[in-house]
Amino acid sequence: MGIGYADSGAITSLEAAFRAQRAERRRASVVALAILAVCLVAAAWVSEFYPSTLIAGVPRIGEYFHRIAPTLDWRHLFGGVDTDGSLAAWFYRLDSWVLLLLETANMAALGTLGGVVLALPLAFPAARNLGAPNPIRIACRRLLEAMRTVPEIVFALIFVWAFGVGALAGILAIALHTAGALGKLFADAMENVEMRPWEGVHASGGSWFQACRYAVLPAALPDLLSTSLLRFEINIRSASVIGFVGAGGIGEELYQVISFNYYEEISAIVVLLIVTVSLVDLLSEKLRRRVIEAVS
Amino acid sequence: MLRLQGVSRRFGAVHAVQDVSLEIPAGQMVGVIGRSGAGKSTMLRMINRLAEPSAGRITFEGQDITALKGQALRDWRTGCAMIFQQFNLVQRLDVLTNVLIGRLNHRRGLFAHLSSLFAQFSAEERAEALSTLDRFGLLATALQRADTLSGGQQQRVAICRALMQKPRLILADEPIASLDPQNARLVMDTLRQVNRQDGLTVLVNLHHLDVARAYCDRLVAMQAGRVVFDGTPSELNAARIEQIYGVSEAEFHGEAHAPAAEAPAFPVQAAAVA
Repeated sequence: MGIGYADSGAITSLEAAFRAQRAERRRASVVALAILAVCLVAAAWVSEFYPSTLIAGVPRIGEYFHRIAPTLDWRHLFGGVDTDGSLAAWFYRLDSWVLLLLETANMAALGTLGGVVLALPLAFPAARNLGAPNPIRIACRRLLEAMRTVPEIVFALIFVWAFGVGALAGILAIALHTAGALGKLFADAMENVEMRPWEGVHASGGSWFQACRYAVLPAALPDLLSTSLLRFEINIRSASVIGFVGAGGIGEELYQVISFNYYEEISAIVVLLIVTVSLVDLLSEKLRRRVIEAVS
Repeated sequence: MLRLQGVSRRFGAVHAVQDVSLEIPAGQMVGVIGRSGAGKSTMLRMINRLAEPSAGRITFEGQDITALKGQALRDWRTGCAMIFQQFNLVQRLDVLTNVLIGRLNHRRGLFAHLSSLFAQFSAEERAEALSTLDRFGLLATALQRADTLSGGQQQRVAICRALMQKPRLILADEPIASLDPQNARLVMDTLRQVNRQDGLTVLVNLHHLDVARAYCDRLVAMQAGRVVFDGTPSELNAARIEQIYGVSEAEFHGEAHAPAAEAPAFPVQAAAVA
């Protein structure tokens, strides 16, 4: 208490300074929020995001869902394909849709694999700590950036034009975008490895490539595998959309039923997609854990 | 004969090594002693070219080491094997592969180099690695991952890797600083065995005088980057230590043990791509 009495003058002035500082911060926050709000309103106005349109449109979303909802009859739920209101009638083309879903998963798997193969050799020179010559490192980093900046659907458009409609275009499109996205993450993983073995391999006369192979790859491997499997899950989603531009998979079918307003089929395919993606996520998560346990 | 002529290394304004000249004849076991920051590590790393000298020349049997590049530099590094304080093994690889890393630069030609990237070693290479491990009682650990071994075992695996390089010179940078006394003795015995049986020149950085006296034919003492003593172990007695460092031998040890880090562990980037 003695200290409090002795320094009461200092305490009062510090308290005042503290209040002034806090008031100043509050003022700054209010100004920043006001500027942000003005920007938001301006942006909404420029992009024609009017509240009135929003209010008018929201019920239409519900209306759409109401329209694509299947007419199911509880009494005939497990009836045959020809019974109206049965599940079988809703999913009347289940066989071909499952095949298309398999093709979609296949595209995602091959695209991911291709992306990994492409990303790995680019990631070593792109990693800052591995001392690749500056021009090569910058070139690799820019190339990876370019590949991940272009969305799959744009690559898909180009490849559909070049190779025709089909899964090949989709696989290539996914592979290119994946290479860009993974290459960056791979390089990050490599930048985090311990550098002593790198020094050890160099000290025994190993080349840059050998040092990458023996000192960096084993240490980064669990990370590389984990990110690749995560990317596979993302690619399942991409693969189901790039069919819209003719690049194979379930997307093509989905695009058709949407444009022809085959409402019940839209919901059937969307339900199948959700189920598939959840299943793949679940399995891939398990697989990822097992792989990481096995290699680390 | 390894010869250092006026070798210096500066880090900014700090002179890590200043004007060091040494001649080390083949087959000697030389202990380099000095307190932390005396420049021992930097000197050793310059011989292996993990660090570049700012000035001076290093020659080995007449060949200028400081000018080497590319394949010639890798050949030199293969010829002067380096042992590190922290072993520098690849923790996630098995012991056998770690030892085979010493063989990487013995693979000549594009195809041999490519096959090394797929870890394709010949049966002869594996046999040689296994017999080297057997020589130091490590055969049973061959298929274990390096990180499952004790520090002393890891350091001896590192010595096996070094021997696989078929070097003429071994540079050991504080090889026992991270080990307990028993393992330290084992590792020093191994180094002496390599020196005596294989006739390799051994240059070992130590900060423990007793160990240096017990194992080395010749001692070089460094302080503030300079060589302040070069002679036989018996000449470097307690009185001489006090004269050089201005502290008693016990105090010398007390200070030398404090921080293990010597020179900054700068990356090998510049040299790696040369």
